[in-house]
Amino acid sequence: MMAESEPGFGLVVAGHVDHGKSTLIGRLLYELDALPPEARARVEAASTRRGRPLEWAFLLDAFQAERDQGVTIDSSRVRFHHDGQSYRIIDAPGHREFITNMVAGAADADAALLLVDAADGVREQTRRHASLLHLLGLSQIIVVVNKMDLVNHDQSRFAAIADEVRSYLGELGLTPLTVVPVAAATGANVTQPAATLAWHHGDTVLSALARLTAKPSLADQPFRLPVQHVYRVGERRLLAGRVTSGKIKRGDPVVLSPSNRLSAVAAVETWPPETSPAEAMAGQSIALELTDDLFVERGEVVSHEADAPMETNVFAARLVWLGQRPLEAGDGLTIKLGTARHPVIVEAVRARIDPDTLARDAGGIVSRHGIAEVLLRTPAMAVVEMAGGPPALARFVLLDGFDVVAGGTVDMHDYPDQRLSITRRSSNLTPVLHKVTADMRVRQKGHQGGVLWFTGLSGSGKSTLAIALEQALFRRGYHVYVLDGDNVRAGLNSNLGFTPEDRAENIRRVGEVAALFADAGEIVISAFISPYRADRERARQAAGSRFHEVHLSTDVTVCEERDPKGLYARARRGEIADFTGISAPYEAPDSAELVLDTASASIDHCLETLVEYVTTRFRLDSRSD
Amino acid sequence: MDSLDRLEAESIYILRETHSQIRRPALLWSIGKDSNVLLWLARKAFFGRIPFPVVHVDTGRKFPEMYAFRDRYAREWGLDLTIGDCPPVEEMDPSLPPAARSAARKTEGLRRLIASQGYTGVIAGIRRDEQAIRAKERIFSPRSATGEWDVRDQPPEFWDHYKTEFPPGTHVRIHPILDWTELDVWRYAAREGIPLVDLYFARDGKRYRSLGDQDITSPVASQATTIEQVIAELEATRESERAGRAMDHESEDAFERLRAAGYM
Repeated sequence: MMAESEPGFGLVVAGHVDHGKSTLIGRLLYELDALPPEARARVEAASTRRGRPLEWAFLLDAFQAERDQGVTIDSSRVRFHHDGQSYRIIDAPGHREFITNMVAGAADADAALLLVDAADGVREQTRRHASLLHLLGLSQIIVVVNKMDLVNHDQSRFAAIADEVRSYLGELGLTPLTVVPVAAATGANVTQPAATLAWHHGDTVLSALARLTAKPSLADQPFRLPVQHVYRVGERRLLAGRVTSGKIKRGDPVVLSPSNRLSAVAAVETWPPETSPAEAMAGQSIALELTDDLFVERGEVVSHEADAPMETNVFAARLVWLGQRPLEAGDGLTIKLGTARHPVIVEAVRARIDPDTLARDAGGIVSRHGIAEVLLRTPAMAVVEMAGGPPALARFVLLDGFDVVAGGTVDMHDYPDQRLSITRRSSNLTPVLHKVTADMRVRQKGHQGGVLWFTGLSGSGKSTLAIALEQALFRRGYHVYVLDGDNVRAGLNSNLGFTPEDRAENIRRVGEVAALFADAGEIVISAFISPYRADRERARQAAGSRFHEVHLSTDVTVCEERDPKGLYARARRGEIADFTGISAPYEAPDSAELVLDTASASIDHCLETLVEYVTTRFRLDSRSD
Repeated sequence: MDSLDRLEAESIYILRETHSQIRRPALLWSIGKDSNVLLWLARKAFFGRIPFPVVHVDTGRKFPEMYAFRDRYAREWGLDLTIGDCPPVEEMDPSLPPAARSAARKTEGLRRLIASQGYTGVIAGIRRDEQAIRAKERIFSPRSATGEWDVRDQPPEFWDHYKTEFPPGTHVRIHPILDWTELDVWRYAAREGIPLVDLYFARDGKRYRSLGDQDITSPVASQATTIEQVIAELEATRESERAGRAMDHESEDAFERLRAAGYM
């Protein structure tokens, strides 16, 4: 996308620290006469002041800290022109802690110069940068073997390093365009062949640049316009955004994803109005007016119906992790896809890729700067693209709170497009909106709704477990809520006392409310003693197959020992009449879905059992829809 | 699309992203050529009506031609113009070299305006090619509550995904023409017929290439009296644009210190 939007080739210069990236760029600009005289004077002055020979690296190392330490902190961008072609150089830092900047720079590039020090050879950062370039979709790589002057311009040394780099890139499925020996400090083979490297009959760095090929035009790909914003201009509603691929013209029928509504283009708008074209193509920032006055929001994607993007709420992805804290399964983050933003759950870390060896392991925790393959799930339908299709919706970033913590690419080849299961096949797409069905709720939330009906004596652990389970499920992205005496008796049942009739009515209402919650797609945990079987059966009927009875079977003697609220003591003293287990019966369930005894198992163990129970029964199977 | 079309589309995308994602943005207008182009791009992005304030941080030392230009176009283009003033130079860090110290007034004026108006985003017309340190900028560049720029810890910008989420108390500088060059700005102004202050054109063999305060900007020798002649002159020159800006040359890190403190 950037490549389409910016003139010329974006070149990222990558490689291990101290392998001479900034020097090569400085030298190249100097030889191409692309430097203003004062820049040259400044470099000379700065070098002299520090008592060093001319250091071209000073040109880009503009920060004082960089000049003093001789490292590059952040990507600088310099533009130059040669032979009718314009180039943007992105100088990527080599230090490990600056890898974020390297990635940001490379994401913006069309091609890479990968530098290797002839004396030092291929190092960890060389390999890491190469695998990041691959992840970011860069396939045009020029390998530059620098500092040939330090190895006496030795041909066999060059050949050995060239082989090593080629084989590493080969494992990534990359073939370098060419491998060039240079001595950037002396200028050998940067723009001109050098006598010292007379054995080399291939490219200079400059002639290698001429081999770069422009990316295929995005104008020939399917049309996409992710809506940035909707403006009202007079009576008209304009969908503003950038055409990320393809072409669109007045009169074209279009579909909006993920809302699956149909309309057509009434006008393509730019400003001033008289400049408005009849059609627009990839790269242009325009606005569309539709023939129907639909309510459209940022994040929707406009396309033609025949080659619309995919809709899914689960997809695999490959990413580079830049967060300070490690990434693990269960993390809740935010994803930005096109102009849409969704909450997202990391369902699984399927593999981690070791940039040194390119070995894949079975996943686990991904630390900072790690590359991993993950499975992501969004509550709502996300609009994505197959790899190899238009790029804009096949790339994403992840946010943790306010921070960008990852960038990556979507991999849909194991997952179906869900558009067809959402829209009725018979009539294909339909512009009318349907009532929200139970299925739609399940797809949006990623899990079924249901009632976990805790029953057991006072002190058996109902509230403790309910609160702990609510927290554990919430952290995993479930929509979950606890109903207990505290929140029900205060409002809904504030008119009820503690007579047997009122207690039965209390439970009846809780059962009905829990069933409504389950209908709405929530997982509701109710924590009431509910001692009578008949009352619990009524609650079961209200919620139907979504009802799960959880019996906390802790024995009365244990409960009385715990006596967390001092109620048993008061009941023994006769201060509380009809106290369950002391002066009123408790009818234990005989066919509860789950029985837990907090006397013989720890709270943590019971919690684990419950979470396991919920994930196997409530979670939407990722392959079943 | 030629390269100007692409730059224009990219800048419009950034401006629309700002309007959609940043709660209270404001556009800085210094009356110079870059912010005039920026203003023009904003008019294009929002179909003639810029939906946020346009802010002039006034040092009180601009050329009279610039004030006249400002008032005329603010009226003609229906801008929501906000003018902020700057504290006297005596209140600035005395350890800065003289011209940088004078330039620092603008930083402080802007800081006070941001605080009083509660802007959460400030759109500025800086370009990477102006100055080596600006080359390292991001399109969406977060600032601390005091306006400082942490050059060692900038957010990654993947593709067209800019960082638009910020904790309360920070604001973001937005740079829609960061990737433009000086020549791009002139060629675009010529193509679109964007009005510019006369000082950019030669009078008595001199013209201004870059416009700052009167006390820290000097003209260059030139015969270019039309925009086409200016473009031809720039295509041939080897001098850098900010050569007439005193504060860039006083000491090796003067400009860097200015920027870290919040200077544009």
